Amino acid sequence: MTIQLLQGNHACARGALTAGCRFYAGYPITPSSEIAEIMARELPRVGGKFIQMEDEIASMAAVIGASVGGLKAMTATSGPGFSLMQENIGYAIVAEIPCVVVNVMRVGPSTGIATHPSQADVMQARWGTHGDHPIIALAPGSVLEAFELTVKAFNFAEKYRTPVLVMMDEVVGHMREKVDLPDAGSVEIVNREMPSVPPEWYEPFGNPPSDVPPLAPFGEGYRYHITGMLHDPRGFPTERLDEIQPWIERIFRKIDRHLDEICMWEEDSVEDARVLIIAYGATARSARQAIKIARARYGRKVGLLRLKTLWPFPEEAVERAAEDVQRVIVAEMNLGQMALEVERVVGRKKVVRVGRADGQMVTPEQIVDAIRAPQPQAVSLRVAVPW
Amino acid sequence: MKQDDQGIYEYLRHHKKFPHVWCAGCGIGIVMGSLLRSIRNLELGRDDVAIISGIGCAGRMPVYMDFNTLHTTHGRALAFATGLKLARPDMEVIVVMGDGDALAIGGNHFIHAARRNIDLTAVIVNNSIYGMTGGQSSPTTPLGAFSATAPYRHIEQPFPICQLAIAAGASFVARGTVYHVTELDRLLEQAIQKRGFAVVEAVSYCYTTFGRANKMRSPVEMMRLLKENSITVQAAQKMEKLPDGAIVRGVLHNEDKPEYTELYDQIIEQAHGQPSPRKRQVRRGWA
Ligand SMILES: Cc1ncc(C[n+]2csc(CCOP(=O)(O)OP(=O)(O)O)c2C)c(N)n1
Ligand code: SF4
Repeated sequence: MTIQLLQGNHACARGALTAGCRFYAGYPITPSSEIAEIMARELPRVGGKFIQMEDEIASMAAVIGASVGGLKAMTATSGPGFSLMQENIGYAIVAEIPCVVVNVMRVGPSTGIATHPSQADVMQARWGTHGDHPIIALAPGSVLEAFELTVKAFNFAEKYRTPVLVMMDEVVGHMREKVDLPDAGSVEIVNREMPSVPPEWYEPFGNPPSDVPPLAPFGEGYRYHITGMLHDPRGFPTERLDEIQPWIERIFRKIDRHLDEICMWEEDSVEDARVLIIAYGATARSARQAIKIARARYGRKVGLLRLKTLWPFPEEAVERAAEDVQRVIVAEMNLGQMALEVERVVGRKKVVRVGRADGQMVTPEQIVDAIRAPQPQAVSLRVAVPW
Repeated sequence: MKQDDQGIYEYLRHHKKFPHVWCAGCGIGIVMGSLLRSIRNLELGRDDVAIISGIGCAGRMPVYMDFNTLHTTHGRALAFATGLKLARPDMEVIVVMGDGDALAIGGNHFIHAARRNIDLTAVIVNNSIYGMTGGQSSPTTPLGAFSATAPYRHIEQPFPICQLAIAAGASFVARGTVYHVTELDRLLEQAIQKRGFAVVEAVSYCYTTFGRANKMRSPVEMMRLLKENSITVQAAQKMEKLPDGAIVRGVLHNEDKPEYTELYDQIIEQAHGQPSPRKRQVRRGWA
């Protein structure tokens, strides 16, 4: 254990290496490029491989190919690249290929502002690829957490045979903090389950009690078919309802059954809170400051629910934390995306959105204003929005 | 010269996946037969071969073949294959694509895979059209031809696949046709054996869509055209000017140069266990 001054992006790369990532394919984009540069340097030192692909579509494809070959694989990007990756993220979901995609979020839409932060891709994380599907997305709020949640992302990917998204905002990605990263030996690492049956019996998309069929890497004697088409337990395309239906149910169930493990959050000063702030990533840091100010200066009882998992949405945690408060404030660097989920969950309780889309952080003052606003329905957005 | 197809029977997922999806008389099945014979003739172990495809009629090929098979997204097969090859350099990775798959949506991946000279075998079934979606123009549809999206006539130039591959850096480039099957077997064998990026353009036909739109209604008629319009590389070299529409068959390019996964292994050897090199200070731009 050594104390170091690290950037979020650096900690993310270190987390990936610790988790056993041995393949990285990517395309340069601010504010994520440091991750690629570190992986280019470090992977060959541990026998792993880095490749700079021709675009993000290819990067995502190569990541899946390498994972099919048995390596833990990842890519990192930002909004424009994340848009290009959506097609093959969907492929990884359907083909149940473990992999990790980091999106260091910058302001959009389109090229936006390359160097300024945002959290406006969180709904894209949920629904960016077409078709009904489950997804896991995590949001680190500090440099240490960039390390920890990247490790978790690999563990979830391997355990549940699914792509996992790490939705890091530019502030966390580029911020430097003093961290004490755990030694490799003291971190829990999960590896995908290999089949224990002979090849003739192997069902790469079967329906085992765990809901996660073992995944044999190519070249190990288990010759099977992988496709982005809906498929039967052996992997062959099918249109039979009695084969499609169980498959669809299973890919949702394999995640839904484990919400206790996957949904992570942190509470701060919620015991006596009358106002609950819900935030994630760097915005939660502003929220913490806002709570201090509101409590010390104005005597307001305010608490924070910080989401570390965005998807699946930690419904129960939100419901519970919001139960006894009068007002819920959702602070995020967008114009109200996760707020929609909070509104859905807290029912008729008033949800106040505090956000902005101009590439600046939500400030503690902005949140304090929302806490103190006489009308709870006031919306504090830093742009003129017609509602 | 072996032409016994009994020997390739064992490579098919025959009891699982037949009948196949292709129109009776389509050339894609002939390319599949050729590919299977070449794999058998090279005595490759089934577990050591991966067949990767994109989307399209040609892209359906791997489902019938008993290897490690990966049916990817439209145009992206070579990028998936690049990841797999890096993870498993010991495997023989063969990529099967249609002309639209390889050159329209996948054109960028195609030239970059060639530029890297990564050890993949790219088999492009060129039927000059988008078969699966019903006969729309593809990047190889000839100037003046008709298609579902060129009802007045096609006014774009076709891509010369092989020249493109050579210019982009492929090590081995060959063209065959589904009429000259024995020759196609040999070309595929050579391509698979080549260390480096190897391309085989297998000129085929789609009588169902392209044929119908261009007054060639039967597979036999289209086969005859392949026979009549094609000449060998050797014969072509002796000619001053090639006849219009000539299909030149044979090995068009064969060159030895450093292969990507081998070069990467050298990087690993260089970096393995060494202290991390100091980050090179470069002026940072943003975009
Ligand atoms: C992203 C995307 N765009 C479009 C399609 C629809 N599509 C399926 S196959 C195909 C073209 C196939 O033509 P080609 O690659 O020449 O292969 P062929 O069917 O002729 O063998 C298209 C456009 C798709 N599947 N995915
Ligand atoms: S549509 Fe054309 S390319 Fe597709 S199977 Fe039929 S003949 Fe072959």
